[in-house]
Amino acid sequence: MFNKIMTPVDLAHLTEQRAALEHAAALAKLYGATVVYVGVSTNIPSAMAHTPAEFKDKLNSFATEQAKLHGVTTEADAEFSHDPRTDLDDCLVEAAVKTNADMIVMQSHMPKALDFFWPSNGSKVAEHAKCSVTLVRS
Amino acid sequence: MSEETPDTGIPQPEGNADLIDTDYEIGQDNIETQIGPFGLDIHNPVFLISGMAIVAFVFYALALPEQSGELFSWLFSSVTKGFDWFFIGSANIFVLFCLLLIVLPVGSVRLGGSEATPDYGYIGWFAMLFAAGMGIGLMFYGVSEPMSHFASSLGGTASEGGVRTDWAPLGGAAGDNEAATRLAFAATIYHWGLHPWAIYAVVALALALFSYNKGLPLTIRSAFYPILGERIWGWPGHIIDILAVFATLFGLATSLGFGATQANAGLNELFGVPIGATTEVILITLITAVALISVIRGLDGGVKVLSEINMGLAFLLLIFVLIAGPTAAILTGFVDYLGAYLQYLPALSNPVGREDVNFSQGWTSFYWAWWISWSPFVGMFIARVSRGRTVREFIICVLLIPSLVCVLWMSVFGGVAIQQVVQDGYTAAQNAPLELKLFKMLDALPLTQITSLIGIVLVIVFFVTSSDSGSLVIDTITAGGKVDAPVPQRVFWCIFEGAVAIVLLLSVGGLQSLQSMVISTGLPFTVVLLIMCWAIFKGLLAEKS
Repeated sequence: MFNKIMTPVDLAHLTEQRAALEHAAALAKLYGATVVYVGVSTNIPSAMAHTPAEFKDKLNSFATEQAKLHGVTTEADAEFSHDPRTDLDDCLVEAAVKTNADMIVMQSHMPKALDFFWPSNGSKVAEHAKCSVTLVRS
Repeated sequence: MSEETPDTGIPQPEGNADLIDTDYEIGQDNIETQIGPFGLDIHNPVFLISGMAIVAFVFYALALPEQSGELFSWLFSSVTKGFDWFFIGSANIFVLFCLLLIVLPVGSVRLGGSEATPDYGYIGWFAMLFAAGMGIGLMFYGVSEPMSHFASSLGGTASEGGVRTDWAPLGGAAGDNEAATRLAFAATIYHWGLHPWAIYAVVALALALFSYNKGLPLTIRSAFYPILGERIWGWPGHIIDILAVFATLFGLATSLGFGATQANAGLNELFGVPIGATTEVILITLITAVALISVIRGLDGGVKVLSEINMGLAFLLLIFVLIAGPTAAILTGFVDYLGAYLQYLPALSNPVGREDVNFSQGWTSFYWAWWISWSPFVGMFIARVSRGRTVREFIICVLLIPSLVCVLWMSVFGGVAIQQVVQDGYTAAQNAPLELKLFKMLDALPLTQITSLIGIVLVIVFFVTSSDSGSLVIDTITAGGKVDAPVPQRVFWCIFEGAVAIVLLLSVGGLQSLQSMVISTGLPFTVVLLIMCWAIFKGLLAEKS
């Protein structure tokens, strides 16, 4: 049913995304799909990487580790944005098209009052993506 | 889950570059926390100390207005008058340094590594350079500065006790309309051309080089790595960043306050909107609200879009004034004024033995201190949008092209206003206060209501683009160089800036005294900029080798 499952990852906050990562791997096993880990960063040195190349290396290593850990095939896709905090949703929606993902599994949070004014990234991706989206809330 | 990836060294940015090998991890001194529904990721000492020091200074200015006013005014006067030679000499060095980088082989070094591609196209890039750099100044001084120098030059010189008391540049041009016009434009172009843009270019290049090519965080302290080494991660670096936040926030808040006063005057002239604190507070709130939307939409969706809209509007206004005014005379003037600039440049930029003390201290020294105090903000913003350019391309585009555009702007707006006085005897613009000169000049041209409205919109949107880009810069510095800190932080700085502007506006003399203080920070920053030149050169040589 699904061939490519895209999972956005923030390499600096992996612990908080445990549920989504495991769910994506479980779905990939069930459907024999490939998991594509998408990381969005900036060309400016950041906490995760001093250079874009370093970020790509780290994301590739992460995808390889996940493949070993869960026994699924994985890929990595590094996206770079001028302002990752505000462009994140658009980058993810574009990455889903670029990687031919037919399902996005992403971590989100429980709805709260602030979401009315400032929707979560998960809500915005679910609204705009052209494929199925599963939000794993914690 | 602890998916740590193996450390195999830092790969090059894109193609060859000379990365600095440091153990410092970007964000290692940051505090990540949650306040209510808002996430925070702030650099511990820099965020807290900057925030508290700004509040303390505002309280000081409010609680002891006379004492603080006197202190800051004395500081400002001592700096601009006592160190005029230092400002003028240093600015010359910055221009020569930049011009040298264009011709030296190190000019081929690419920011971001040898294979990097530009982040922005030329139009978006230029629009953002102008919007952050001096857009608002062009609106207010485009008419007033050439006119002031024209009037003072025409008046000739006067002295008392052997000291010149007039404000004419150099020796003036008593009674000679043509010579006074040429001298006025030479002086104006000197203040808005190569020198200010060289100041911005030095700071921007230092930050871009040390961030994109050396892998250090995009924050002011990074440019000091060649001098301070690993100490930049400690208190020396904290103090540099705190000073930059301080100068940026107060610079923006005081400009916002003055800008509201000026926009109010324009609205009064056009629509009869009452002049007063209520209107000005509403204007600051409006500007801050639009800036808030812009920072929430981000660099591409907000700041860039607004900058491009503003650039388009400014271009339309420029073309309109050019066509509606004496077109042939303006275009001839543009070439003539450039010639006058080159002719008078050696004398205008002479740092010692000046007889025109009022001009060289009251205008030039003031301007240089002003541009320099703004340079951490504008330089950092320019650095953020300039990745992928070669040093040569960067200098040409940040130094030469904006200078030419400024010359064109001044030639058109100032040229029309001076023509109105000389040819038509229309003196409304000449006699109007600073904030109304542009509108009075437009009064004598067709479609006044439309062009004046565009003028007011431009003034307001230029303030928005300064406010939003300033908030991004302050947020990045107070997040230890992280550009991906939570959005509520930049929202906080944007609102804080508006709030400080309102408080200062409502206090007696608060805006004036704190602006004096900000300009006084130009002195230590001049030393900083001179050191940066050396750091850039050393950094570029390492890239080349």
